Amino acid sequence: MNHPCLVTLERDSAPRVLFSGDRLVEVDLPPGTRCIYPKPPATGLKDPDAAIRYALNHPLGTDPLHSKLRPGMKVTIAIDDISVPLPPMKRPDARERVLTIVLALLADHGVEDVELIIATGIHRRMKGAEIRHMVGDVIFDAYYPERLYNHDAEDKANMVEIGKTRHGDPLELNRRAADSDLLIYVNLNFVAMNGGHKSVAVGLCSYKSLRPHHNPRTIAASDSYMDPKRSKLATDIELMGRLAHEKLNIFTIETTVNNRMFDRSLEFLTKNEDDLSGAERLKLKAMVLATSKLPQGARQAIFDKFPAPYEITGVVAGATDAVHEQTITRNFEQYCVPIDGQADVLVTGIPFISPYNVHAFLNPLLVQVLAQGYLFNMYRNAPLVKKGGTLIITHPCTDKFDHEQHAPYIDFVHRLLPETRDSEVLREKYEEKFAEDPAFIQMFRTGHAYHPAHPFFMWYWGENGRQHLGRVIVVGADNEYIPKLLGWETSPSMEDALYRAKGGELRSLDVTLLKVPPIVMGDMRLPNSNSNGGA
Amino acid sequence: MAACYFDVDGTLVTSNLVHPTLYYLINQGTPLQAALRVGRALLGAPRMALAELVDRRTFNELLFASFAGISEDRMVLLAEDAFENVLRPSLYPAAKGLIEKSRAAGHDVVLVSGALTVVLQQLARYLGAQESIGNRLEFKDGIATGKLLKPVVAGPEKARLIREHAKQKGYDLAECFAFSDSYSDVPMLSVVGHPAAVNPDKRLALLAKAYSWPSFDLNHPT
Repeated sequence: MNHPCLVTLERDSAPRVLFSGDRLVEVDLPPGTRCIYPKPPATGLKDPDAAIRYALNHPLGTDPLHSKLRPGMKVTIAIDDISVPLPPMKRPDARERVLTIVLALLADHGVEDVELIIATGIHRRMKGAEIRHMVGDVIFDAYYPERLYNHDAEDKANMVEIGKTRHGDPLELNRRAADSDLLIYVNLNFVAMNGGHKSVAVGLCSYKSLRPHHNPRTIAASDSYMDPKRSKLATDIELMGRLAHEKLNIFTIETTVNNRMFDRSLEFLTKNEDDLSGAERLKLKAMVLATSKLPQGARQAIFDKFPAPYEITGVVAGATDAVHEQTITRNFEQYCVPIDGQADVLVTGIPFISPYNVHAFLNPLLVQVLAQGYLFNMYRNAPLVKKGGTLIITHPCTDKFDHEQHAPYIDFVHRLLPETRDSEVLREKYEEKFAEDPAFIQMFRTGHAYHPAHPFFMWYWGENGRQHLGRVIVVGADNEYIPKLLGWETSPSMEDALYRAKGGELRSLDVTLLKVPPIVMGDMRLPNSNSNGGA
Repeated sequence: MAACYFDVDGTLVTSNLVHPTLYYLINQGTPLQAALRVGRALLGAPRMALAELVDRRTFNELLFASFAGISEDRMVLLAEDAFENVLRPSLYPAAKGLIEKSRAAGHDVVLVSGALTVVLQQLARYLGAQESIGNRLEFKDGIATGKLLKPVVAGPEKARLIREHAKQKGYDLAECFAFSDSYSDVPMLSVVGHPAAVNPDKRLALLAKAYSWPSFDLNHPT
């Protein structure tokens, strides 16, 4: 019997509704198409605050937090940034809940030297209003901006190299965090590649420490990077994380949320289209129509307006390894759907949001990250699509960028990609040069732009997808240039895309639809083989 | 090899050409001399305002006419004070950091401004810039005539000077950076491979957006 989240389409099945950026589009898929739907949201904790207190008092692999505190000590609390969860969650954010309890505990124990650092790594600086949304009014008013601020990876005076890994890679960390008697990391784990050793080793580091593992070879060797045990990226970051743990006193707090991304009124978007009630069908039609007619700004405003009603499903605290193991288990419980056999063609809609465009437009490079990067990597054991198979996505691929957040992306897409798509060439020839660009660095440090090395990492993020997939076909692109630049083909309709994917073969193709958002991962079981299908 | 070319007024400092000029005029040998010079400059103010609207070069020429009669020695003597009292306090908080970052990236830093070289050199020394390209007064028998030596550094002329400077130094212009706050410096920004709008005025901000040039302000300390 099929898993409840797997639906096989029949001749009379309703069209499937996919995201195409900030539009919803209906597509007809052939009978026999296997559709993978997200699991229903796991039950949220009834009393998250009690769960946080319990986790702090019953940590894994280390002593309770209160026993580590003494008056006069220097404590730094690092916090995950706006890249998780997506979209930002309704207030109170999980981080606000954890921080409220942790800060009260610190105050009770006479710890006054406390600073909160948003572990942005080389992401953009969060704006005041975004920080307020994340940590709540009380903490914001008490700590911002002197004692609650963004990490600055380019502030050389406030970065310190704490050592080198056994491979000789330097780990440069935020000086305040490194000099603290205790570093508490407050994580919100959204996908399996978040959290664990990555929190400190990436969130508080500099470009110099990212370069050794944020590269095409590491990504190509990750199968997938959403499966930490088979992710070279995770293994390499772990090396740095362990170094951080040797030198620093770190207490990790991780939280997980369910996948209740849409409010009750929009929950039907996650349902099997054949099971929709009459009213839901009407609402869906109205949304498809509205998003096709409204101008882009209005569509973005609609989606920006509704924070996600995620619920906290777990809180674990203590030593990073032990904590993260539990977090990952809970994460997979929410997202993984067992799948038998790889498809010839994987179809998926590209939504309007990624970790790197909160409150901004999803530019072409980020479309690539979602398609060949994150969504391709939403698997365990083996990719959802066969080696050399086809990925069909729905997205307009509009040539549009947020000039504030994604300034270096524009140069990357329009100056470098026309020259080469070869990740190794881009890395060797341009990455370091970009990373030193004084204008982009200034925008990163005092504005809200991503670091100039970030677009490179975003390109590498699609490396294992690029190497595995035979072709990518875009349905609904509003131009030919961008898809071509990304190495993709375009089709005017899903029917045409599927015909092309067939490539003249007579046999019918196995088609799988990955219906996102919210997040769903395929737990692939291959027939009579332990092989990974060659990612 | 590449260079970063920086406009100064409005880009690195909040002040403009008028401020150091006024400093010079006020600091004359006697209060009477100072009053006369300031008074004369004020009389020319409407013409200058008009010139500023039409042509930056004419504005510069009118402004520097106020220096007529001042000795070269005095110009040099007051340069350090003018820098300390006018330019240094008006530096944008993040200006020094940006220059340091440019040097750290291995670029030579060159200031390109309509200001007088005598003052500009002080700023260049303070910021760690390798060179400065500015305006020079004409002196006869050690006394300023009020005229500027050619080429007058302003508007499109800056672009030509940068092109010439890069050629002379062997810089690849496609690898060079230029930073300015003003729409009048679009020619200068356009000759390099990496233009950037700094504290841009409205017209430059729009243009920067249209051409996807980096745009930022230096008001925030780093």
